Amino acid sequence: MGAIDPTLLLAAIMVAATPILLAALGELVVERAGVLNLGVEGMMITGAICGFAVAVNSGSPVLGFVAAAAGGAALSLLFALLTQLALANQVASGLALTLFGLGLSSLLGQGYQGIKPPPTPRLDLGPLSDIPFLGRVLFSHDPMVYLALGLVAAVWALLKFTRAGLILRAVGENHDAAHALGYRVVRVRVMAILFGGACAGLGGAYISLIRVPQWTEGMTSGAGWIALALVVFASWKAGRVLLGAWLFGGVSVLQLNLQAAGLAIPVEYLSMSPYLITILVLVIMSADRSRAPGSLGRSFHASQ
Amino acid sequence: MTLTRLFTTAALALGLASTAMAQDKTKVGFIYVGPIGDGGWTYEHDKGRLAVEAEFGDAVETVYQESVPEGADAERAITQMALQGADLIFTTSFGFMEPTLAVAEKFPNVKFEHATGYKTAPNVSTYSARFYEGRAVQGHIAGKMTKSNIIGYIASYPIPEVIRGINSAYIHAKKANPDVEFKIIWAYTWFDPAKEADAAQALIEQGADVILQHTDSTAPQAAAEKAGNVVTFGQASDMAEYAPFPRVSSIIDDWAPYYIARTRAVIDGTWETTETWDGIGPGMVAIGEITDAVPADVKAEALAMKDAMARGEYHPFTGPLNKQDGSVWLTEGEVADDGTLLGMDFYVEGLTGQIPN
Repeated sequence: MGAIDPTLLLAAIMVAATPILLAALGELVVERAGVLNLGVEGMMITGAICGFAVAVNSGSPVLGFVAAAAGGAALSLLFALLTQLALANQVASGLALTLFGLGLSSLLGQGYQGIKPPPTPRLDLGPLSDIPFLGRVLFSHDPMVYLALGLVAAVWALLKFTRAGLILRAVGENHDAAHALGYRVVRVRVMAILFGGACAGLGGAYISLIRVPQWTEGMTSGAGWIALALVVFASWKAGRVLLGAWLFGGVSVLQLNLQAAGLAIPVEYLSMSPYLITILVLVIMSADRSRAPGSLGRSFHASQ
Repeated sequence: MTLTRLFTTAALALGLASTAMAQDKTKVGFIYVGPIGDGGWTYEHDKGRLAVEAEFGDAVETVYQESVPEGADAERAITQMALQGADLIFTTSFGFMEPTLAVAEKFPNVKFEHATGYKTAPNVSTYSARFYEGRAVQGHIAGKMTKSNIIGYIASYPIPEVIRGINSAYIHAKKANPDVEFKIIWAYTWFDPAKEADAAQALIEQGADVILQHTDSTAPQAAAEKAGNVVTFGQASDMAEYAPFPRVSSIIDDWAPYYIARTRAVIDGTWETTETWDGIGPGMVAIGEITDAVPADVKAEALAMKDAMARGEYHPFTGPLNKQDGSVWLTEGEVADDGTLLGMDFYVEGLTGQIPN
């Protein structure tokens, strides 16, 4: 049995967790505002192709990620119009958004198969990267990994300590009360939805520009659904989303490494372990009294 | 449930109506496991579909549904296609075997063709390609190209088709290089670029400098390219965009002649249940260009092996060969029979690890 290098493994986990972390973080904000958007997969794949196409044509991965966020947000705007202005059913609109995003992305992706995107350079952190072990695990990644981690902290702080976060949570917990207090429920929700779309787009582009680097139709293959499930199991808390993403990404990568190393655990168990372990840990953690935002999935109209 | 019955009747009526309308045209349906843009398995099947359209023009109409999951939903997708009035339906993944048979029973007048399976019915044929012939060529090149003597293999599901490929590649890699060792990862998916890339990455970190894949996307090629010094092979499709390196050769599936022949049989009314299993000889399996990254003598040996298989002079599973547990499988000069190959559920001697089941 070959040995697994823990340094490389931990470094790989940071990368594997980033797409679902970004998407789940966006969805967390959306759901805390009381909106259930099941279109994460569609927004991710749209972001993946928008980012890929722009990065290839402009030669700049940074522009690619900007375009991915814009693409994801643009698609989510459609969802916002349907659910916040036309008051359409959120579940149905979200599912439709996923189907639409998958179709749209394969249309946009015509002609982008087999092309190499411009490489995203690692962030140069100077002497930090040279620290043994920690340098490779923590300080030798692409900027998106740090952006995702920064977003976790930002979302956590915003929701917990700021007035804006309080308003967002109020809208999500009880939109009638928030409305009575004079807060613009629909405006807050539309902004949350756009943020969620942008995050999902970034997550998708992370797959197409960094993790796989190439464009293939349907390449997110279910990552959006994992992100959705993660938000629920993480009890709508940013810190736990990070934990869940690391667990899921970590065990996924670990089980592949264990197989490659020839460990004598039946492969079936290894294959199901990412799902099992992530759910188990997060369910145990949510044994406290955390619950879904009160107005989650309910339509709001000022006249009601 | 009255409502359900109403819908079923409506759907049936709709299906019958479209059958009646489509009588002058032969409708050929395709059920794909991945997207047609996967650059691999499904991409080649769709090329076959386009070849059918080009061959028959207005006499034939083709329909397809992509990314159909293997399992319960497949039955719904196939049923829907039959209801739409398809006369001939190709279901192009191993996991569609039971759904295909179940739907075929309900639509005795529709012809079904299931790829890579082993169960037939009066209106269900099977067809597959002897990919293991291509794997033999791959194994030989892989054995010669590896410097670390570790070859990584990204396998999909533990089905005979995949196990045959592993065995064939291993036997010929071992012949070319007695020190060679295989590391196998079961991905439990046909198509998941991120997971395939992670699997390739894990194998590279474990020292593999040649990666063979039995999954459908080009993601492992991209991972190898990123690593810089890792050799890969195109799977199911040429994947020439990664040539000349890391992709040094490929196994290409060419379904077009078969699809055209079977469509013609339906049009002529001569369609019968058959079990087709063709290899390099009839052209169902092709070896993609071996690039200059491969030394000239290795390339010549590989091509000689390919030609010998095409002429029927060499069989990749020729004894003496032992099973993994050391028991004798084939004695000196003995050639494996198709029955054993179709149901292959064991590794040959020298492979480590266990086949999940």
